[in-house]
Amino acid sequence: MNVPDDLLYTESHEWIRREGDNIRVGITDHAQAELTDVVFVEVPKTGRQTKAKEAIAVVESVKAASDIYAPVAGTVVEGNQALESNPALINTDPFGEGWIFALKIDNADDLKNLKDAAAYRAAIG
Amino acid sequence: MSDAEQKTTPLYQEHVRRGAKLIPFGGWLMPVQYSSIVDEHQAVRKNLGVFDISHMGQFIVSGENAGVWLNTMLTNNTERLEDGEGQYTFLLNEKGGIIDDLIAYRILPNEFLLVVNASRAEEDCAWLQKHLPDDVKLKNRSADFAGLAIQGPRVADLFHSLFGEDVVPPARNRIADFDYKNIRLTIARTGYTGEDGFEVFFAAKDAPFIWNEILGKGEALGIKPCGLGARDTLRLEMCYPLNGSDLSPEHNPIEAGLGFFVDLKKTQFIGREILARDKEKGPARKLAPFRMTGKGPPPRPHYGVFQNGDRIAEVTSGTLSPSLNYGIGMAYVPAAQAKAGTELEIEIRGQKFPAIIEKKPFYKKS
Repeated sequence: MNVPDDLLYTESHEWIRREGDNIRVGITDHAQAELTDVVFVEVPKTGRQTKAKEAIAVVESVKAASDIYAPVAGTVVEGNQALESNPALINTDPFGEGWIFALKIDNADDLKNLKDAAAYRAAIG
Repeated sequence: MSDAEQKTTPLYQEHVRRGAKLIPFGGWLMPVQYSSIVDEHQAVRKNLGVFDISHMGQFIVSGENAGVWLNTMLTNNTERLEDGEGQYTFLLNEKGGIIDDLIAYRILPNEFLLVVNASRAEEDCAWLQKHLPDDVKLKNRSADFAGLAIQGPRVADLFHSLFGEDVVPPARNRIADFDYKNIRLTIARTGYTGEDGFEVFFAAKDAPFIWNEILGKGEALGIKPCGLGARDTLRLEMCYPLNGSDLSPEHNPIEAGLGFFVDLKKTQFIGREILARDKEKGPARKLAPFRMTGKGPPPRPHYGVFQNGDRIAEVTSGTLSPSLNYGIGMAYVPAAQAKAGTELEIEIRGQKFPAIIEKKPFYKKS
């Protein structure tokens, strides 16, 4: 499984890329492989405020709908509209074109609670 | 129930070895997918797929009066079965509610094979046992037998590569015994996918060998091992009901739109009065297929079905159709709303999405 070293991770299999005051969020290669065949993604609306660990997006495979959680508190600045016409981007490029939303974070210190690549690798075995 | 408390089929190790993802289903730990539901679905529609159906219950009913007795227990007419022929049928409670849907095969003049749903096998057996007359024998052989469903347009080619060009496969809904490398296989031309296919039954101890032989011989034909995920999308595209989702003791076969498998000319079978009444008056609700008409998430079981703001039903089955690439589902809607073309809405996470009642099946072979 691909677990890039330059990202942060959650126990619920989101990845986080720091971009100044914002973060970009998607689901990991491990998560997309578990789901397979992503057929629909509900991305959050710009301006939505969220707490940490709040269900904020939904990724649906053929079999089931799975909640995606905000890794930290913040405000949504962008949702990935490309997923509307091509939800399979989550399968083909989970760390790139398959990103789900970008968040302006309330407090950069919150990122300290997230896992680094080594810790996430250990968590997924 | 934890995974450790689930039963496993004789192919459990084979599933693990081939990288299947396993989930609990009706008390069994079963493969939901190997590679991907969509890939497996397409393999069955275009080439071939093989499913482990060893979890399904297998009963043998025998005796001179076996057929006569079964006719009082099941909705379809066993008297119409020739030797080596099967029929889809229902086991009902006294109120006409569905205990199980099954296939009854007449395998000998006085012997029937019943293949029932895994989750209902024990209940079916107890119900049959309770009504069993002295001169009919009922044997639950489920633990000693395995089963495979081999489905897809190239299944006849596979049959000939196993048995030779001169051996004639059973015709649709027929069943017969064949020997393969000294192993007795009972092969029926039946299935749950809408494709040509066989269901093969044999001794549990031979399961890993037969499974690997079929995957080996089928390789050149594009065969894939398939899980319950593809089984569900394939059957729903055909509007075949799933017991526990679309069928339950709360509903009868007339409401489910399956009156074709009920013979009301028979003067007596359990549940007959209610079915005769529903057939004559028309049922209050009907199991209707619907599809999503706009962009949006696929429908799922238990989502609300709305019309003009009123909640009129609940989705019983729903998924994204891999063949058609839109959301499809079924629901018991009031009879007045069950006509093809009726517009509905499906509520998904608080938002309503447009849907329309369709004719069955959703998927037709081109």
